[in-house]
Amino acid sequence: MAAITSVGETPLAAPDKRPVGMQGRRRRRLNLFRYAVFTVFGLFFLVPLLALARWSLEGAKLGSWSLTSWRQIASYSNEGIPPLISTVEITLELAVITSAVMLVLVVPTMIWIRLRVRWLARTMEFLCLLPLTIPAIVLVVGLGPIYNKIAHLSLSTLMLFWVYVILALPYAYRALAAGLNAIDATTLSEAARSLGASWFSVIVRVIMPNMWDAMLNALLLTSALVLGEFTIAFFLLYFNLQVELYSISRNTPNAGVIFSTSTASLLFAFVLLLILSFARRRRRGIPG
Amino acid sequence: MDGLSRRYGTVVALDHLDLTLRPGELVALLGPSGCGKTTTLRLLAGLEDADTGSITVAGKDITRLPASKRDMGMVFQAYSLFPHMTVRDNVAFGLRLRRVSAAERGTRAMEMLELVGLSVQAARYPHQLSGGQQQRVALARALAIQPQVLLLDEPLSALDAKVRAQLRDQIRRIQLEVGITTLFVTHDQEEALAIADRVGVMREGRIEQLASPTEVYSRPATAFVADFVGLSNRLAGEVRGGEVTVRGRTLPLMQPDVPDGQVVALVRPEAVTMASHDEPEAGPLVGMVIAITFLGATSRVTVDLGDATIMAQLPTSDATTLAAGSRVALTIRPDPVLVSADAEAASPEAEEEA
Repeated sequence: MAAITSVGETPLAAPDKRPVGMQGRRRRRLNLFRYAVFTVFGLFFLVPLLALARWSLEGAKLGSWSLTSWRQIASYSNEGIPPLISTVEITLELAVITSAVMLVLVVPTMIWIRLRVRWLARTMEFLCLLPLTIPAIVLVVGLGPIYNKIAHLSLSTLMLFWVYVILALPYAYRALAAGLNAIDATTLSEAARSLGASWFSVIVRVIMPNMWDAMLNALLLTSALVLGEFTIAFFLLYFNLQVELYSISRNTPNAGVIFSTSTASLLFAFVLLLILSFARRRRRGIPG
Repeated sequence: MDGLSRRYGTVVALDHLDLTLRPGELVALLGPSGCGKTTTLRLLAGLEDADTGSITVAGKDITRLPASKRDMGMVFQAYSLFPHMTVRDNVAFGLRLRRVSAAERGTRAMEMLELVGLSVQAARYPHQLSGGQQQRVALARALAIQPQVLLLDEPLSALDAKVRAQLRDQIRRIQLEVGITTLFVTHDQEEALAIADRVGVMREGRIEQLASPTEVYSRPATAFVADFVGLSNRLAGEVRGGEVTVRGRTLPLMQPDVPDGQVVALVRPEAVTMASHDEPEAGPLVGMVIAITFLGATSRVTVDLGDATIMAQLPTSDATTLAAGSRVALTIRPDPVLVSADAEAASPEAEEEA
């Protein structure tokens, strides 16, 4: 599932008088080029999504419209696999837990390293970006024996959250690092310390409040990743949303409920993104 | 502060520094970048640890105390206000940490804001204020906790000239009103001389001279101080019998016990004046005007004497009679001068005047 990145803003030059001569021609050509590229890429991303949405609203006869697929999200159930709605719930819970663990683990660590143990910064960056370079299937091979050992405990799918934290680490780290770099953490912490703040107060009361946007960003990226994760859950024999959809498609190809669920999760990620933008706008344009 | 030393790797930032601040006084630490003045301040604040030495405040040894327990107010160069809090909350932050009640916090914060003249801006956020206003809020915040010592780390460096001068005087006024012992670090000698009770000129981790501004300026202890604070002409001279002869003029010495011989005399440009308005004849202080730098009320005139160059600081009304290329006769006022036996390395021909 493509995570919806922020809609690219093409800098549209709005001249009140058309500049003449070579500069004018060059600029017009550049604008034309920008429009063209924007349109092509826009279509490239939008058309499949629109098609997906259209399929989800398809009725029994080709060309008709119907909300059946959407209603089925709540009711769909089949032999051998858990009901759809329970996997939706569990995946959402996974997203929340993964995000929470991620923020609790990574944010204080990053701030601490930035303030007190600067020489570890490079190491942390390397470690956090490492999961990016390891293909999911390799992770599965590595994690397989561990999960086999604990399989007899028949833990719920929620146990996947550890893996997802590692998987989402690069994305969350990048988002948080951007936020941390945007503020002068050192001076702020020194000012707070000179006023009598403990290190805990410095992190929680001074630095973190200035990283809200970055933290929301990290939250969004983590949730998007968890909602779309398939490989690891599948090979470790758990049933999350994507595995469920896949199983449905094996049994009933073109089942409308697949399309409606996918569209729903896309819409969900989009709504999260909107919330993020509103939250940022409401913060009086404070950078970060 | 007693015998403080601090090294970063192979660089010695502080070299057994001794400094005592008297209650209620403002001491300015002045020096070029890298001289250790900021390190001194940060050691006092507890933001860094000294390798050797001790720090005592009001009789109590605080060398091992962490920064958060030192009860000092600090104002940084820039970007030290908390962006996510209003001005009032910023000022009240220290009080909140000390669990002062909300009502009392508010009153005290407003008091401090009135002291710095910003009570109107209490509900604004730092990014809505100008640089000068932000520094005033930072000052209010530092004073709100009623610290024992106030530390200012080049607070005016990031501001433009006009604001700098105003804020400088305001800081001094507030400091005198509150009566708090203050350490002020700057590389701008004008600031240091204008507001300090005592000025400490630092160089390579040591204090070269610690004295009142007038004394540092007119009776510099070393060639470095003479060169760093204000401008100096370096002229060859000869010492005989407790006086030095520089280009035909005999001048008294600042240090009476200099042995006879060849020296380099440090003469202030203000001590060099025009001799007379008659047609100048040849002489050791007659030369051609190379450049005139307009500084407002005074002008600096650079004159080529043939074998040396001399700078004179003249009232602009006199300087306007001269033009580049004209000949002028100069004389030196008989102020006591500092001499050094060798061309000791301060910054040569320091043209910069902060």
